[in-house]
Amino acid sequence: MTDPGRRFVSTNRRVREDRRFVAGAGRYVADLDIPGTLHVALVASTAPAAKILGIDTTEALAMEGVVDVLTGEELSAGVAPLMNGLDTPRVRRFPLTVGQIRYAGEWVAAVVATSRALAEDAAEKVRVRTEPLPFVIDAETALGPDAPPVHPEHGSNLLLDKTFDWGPVADDFAAAEDRLSLRVTWGRNATVPIETFGVIARWNPWDEMLDVWASIQMPKYADQIARALKLPGNAVRVHYDVDVGGSYGVKRGIKHTVLVSYLARKLGRPVRLIEDRLENMRAGDAQGPERIFDIDVAFDRDGTVRSMKMRALDNAGAYAGRAPFQLGKPIGAIVGPYRIGSVQYRAMSVTTNKAVQEAVRGFGQAPTNYAIETMMDRIAAHLGMDRLELRRRNLIRADEFPYTIPSGSTYDSGDYHTVIDKVLAHADYAALTAERDRLRAEGLCAGIGIAACLEPSGGNSSFEPLLNENNRTSTWMEGSRVIIDALGGVTVTIHTTSSGQGHETLAATVVGEELGIDPDRIRVTRPDSLSSLPGNSPVGSRMAIMLGGAAARAARDLKRQLVAIGAHAMGIDPSEASYEAGTITAPDGRAVGWDELVDIGHRRFHDLPPGTNPGLAASFIQQVPTGVALPEDGKVQMYPCYSFEFHLVLMAFDPVLAKPEIRRYVIGHDCGTVINPHIVRGMTLGGIAHGIGAALLEEFTYDDGGQLMTQSFLDYLMPSSHEVPSVEIVHHCTPSPLTEFGQKGSGESGYLGAPAAISGAVQDALSPWGVTVDKLPLRMSTISDTIADAETAA
Amino acid sequence: MKTELTVNGRTHVVEIEPRTTLLDVLRDGLGLTATHAGCEHGVCGACTVLVDGEAVRSCLILGVQADGLDIRTVEGLTSGDGTLDIVQDAFCETHGLQCGYCTSGMILAAHALLRVNATPDEEDIREAISGNICRCTGYQQIVEAIALAAERMRTSNVLGAGEVVK
Repeated sequence: MTDPGRRFVSTNRRVREDRRFVAGAGRYVADLDIPGTLHVALVASTAPAAKILGIDTTEALAMEGVVDVLTGEELSAGVAPLMNGLDTPRVRRFPLTVGQIRYAGEWVAAVVATSRALAEDAAEKVRVRTEPLPFVIDAETALGPDAPPVHPEHGSNLLLDKTFDWGPVADDFAAAEDRLSLRVTWGRNATVPIETFGVIARWNPWDEMLDVWASIQMPKYADQIARALKLPGNAVRVHYDVDVGGSYGVKRGIKHTVLVSYLARKLGRPVRLIEDRLENMRAGDAQGPERIFDIDVAFDRDGTVRSMKMRALDNAGAYAGRAPFQLGKPIGAIVGPYRIGSVQYRAMSVTTNKAVQEAVRGFGQAPTNYAIETMMDRIAAHLGMDRLELRRRNLIRADEFPYTIPSGSTYDSGDYHTVIDKVLAHADYAALTAERDRLRAEGLCAGIGIAACLEPSGGNSSFEPLLNENNRTSTWMEGSRVIIDALGGVTVTIHTTSSGQGHETLAATVVGEELGIDPDRIRVTRPDSLSSLPGNSPVGSRMAIMLGGAAARAARDLKRQLVAIGAHAMGIDPSEASYEAGTITAPDGRAVGWDELVDIGHRRFHDLPPGTNPGLAASFIQQVPTGVALPEDGKVQMYPCYSFEFHLVLMAFDPVLAKPEIRRYVIGHDCGTVINPHIVRGMTLGGIAHGIGAALLEEFTYDDGGQLMTQSFLDYLMPSSHEVPSVEIVHHCTPSPLTEFGQKGSGESGYLGAPAAISGAVQDALSPWGVTVDKLPLRMSTISDTIADAETAA
Repeated sequence: MKTELTVNGRTHVVEIEPRTTLLDVLRDGLGLTATHAGCEHGVCGACTVLVDGEAVRSCLILGVQADGLDIRTVEGLTSGDGTLDIVQDAFCETHGLQCGYCTSGMILAAHALLRVNATPDEEDIREAISGNICRCTGYQQIVEAIALAAERMRTSNVLGAGEVVK
């Protein structure tokens, strides 16, 4: 897969970050030892909805080590409400609730003490007097006219209800030969990083500077802190040299940050809040989308899908935040990899008395892919058609790219049929089918699942203006700076935190490629936010495209400067000079080497070509390719690049025990040019593991009393090395025409298709009983009960 | 309580509040931050250390209970000069990690396995790390790393290459 013209891109080089992590020398937020730091523990509500009558802090304040007890009433007087993505001004939110409790576990007060243990002791002594209020947990119930409003001032529980009609939906439905309806439900899972969220804030009153160290992965983090604290933007300094122990989208601890920042200013001491697992799971803003899809689809008897109507009802939990936007991103791939001529999409987001939903890997794309792929399986079953044949008939063909879908996005490139053919050949599909049938003959349930999915990548946020017309955001740039120092060393900068994506390796690789020097000789640093170029953090599978593009183009600018200097030194025109591995060569063979170029660039202004600045530095701010327009008529170009994945999985389980076992897992993956094969492989495998969890195990479950039932890892089950099989990856590369090296995104990867494929495999395994499964996660008990019910009925 | 802790071969006499976990003693008391807190209820394995050679969850043992025991953390695998041990280097070779948070526990779980089994097969390795949750990798590159480390330990003729933490 290595391009012969490239020396470092796509080669199997080690990931430079790994060295410090295997030595235990990562620098996570909880590892920072800042003298004088105070610790926060939280007082959490026990009721899902209640009016707060009073908070008595007397006993807690008298306890050993306690410095302060903060309530929502005080905090809300000192900070601005947290950012709200939608235009719902009466759905206000502060880090500590004010007056009313809206979910079990919600933060009511914060105790500050000289140690976390003492803060926890005192938190138990804060007395909160409440009066119970009615509550609602279920999204559909919350829509009813009699449902208790989570935010009475807002008037209803409906946060967002927007319908888009793209193309002649009614005509296509009328003309189609057949149609069917289905409902599928995506359970409330999340990414659940092993490191919880943590943050430390320190206020320096002499500099009037707020320093923040956090386990964060969020766009505009420093801006949001400054706005909430009513500080100038340049009074907040976020330190990006903090390693983040996993995130996958979810680590957006703005409420934690505003809380400790307020306390740090008030108390004149550094303040830290490191969530424990319980705080993380029940109130850490760490739960993901929970969505009901109702789909009507119109098609012809030959399997041609003509039109689709999809309603997505999302349970946002108790507050709005940015979560409803997770209904927006999938608009950029609303037809998946298929040629569906028209679409109606209704996006609905409601508040309930559950914990707040946050961004999760794929930002809503994984649930949508699950819905689309289940729809395709149902059509095939309805028509008695082979599932692969149905997909092949509807897939966009390689010669149709660039391909514009009804909702306005243009897919950059792809070759879906070839990827599928390669996977089927690798897996020997006929043999796999024979193996399934052999397992069935042994009395096992056995099924094959398939999923063909897209990973939109490049991450801008066109969904914001699409769902909120008052939001005029059309760009989400990313910057990088490359300098050659006076001794000839090369340093490249990253202006964000990373949570395992290998951005240092990415930046060094592309700069090494451009300059023709060994990436291992290139230093990568992370300046703090005030020393940084603009950036938007590693969300939306964007960094290979955006940071890769920015670093490569800054390096190219430097190379241009070096060529100009060398050419000038030899008295030739730059267009006659060639650059190779740091040496400038003239047509007659004369050359100026690296050391000489550096010497001129840094010390010999008199030898610089006219108009050239000294110092050998270059910056580039990368714009999202294609990301330049606001929506028109409900249509917009969403993400620029579209990676493709095709999952093929064989599952087997005992019909009574129903413990699902993955016998074979093959994925075909095409994310364009791979910058580092180790990293992309890891993302793909990790994404599949995460998808297996979403499909079979993971769910934040609430009981009828509004209490979270999965508050620990004993209840919220994640796949271990026993549940995740060895996965075979089949590579394909269709370069993107829009990016520096042809790269696309790969960070969300397997999570976007694994749930659909596994659900399809279980469905295939249950096909002899004529029953359907339509809800994730698919629990063992549900599967065995479904089989038992079917046998009883028979 | 006055407690004698032997960590990475060095003995510390420390005053420990009885309710403090070994994890918190290592991190907050001794500044050994390679050992990470994940769930603090004994499921995720991020806090794994070796106690007398066995993989143990340091969140489930009190500091005072560790009195007199031989405790090893990832800091003890190398001399701190930038040289990695065979297991650590194998994790780098296969990229058996991403965010690095579970990695210390994984590496010590691998050491606990390789101490008693020089020729583990894939099932042995998966069993040995099944108490350590990784959310990044899907485990495959970790399994490959441990298999590679085992092979290198068996085949290397470098003095001491086959040694694992005792």
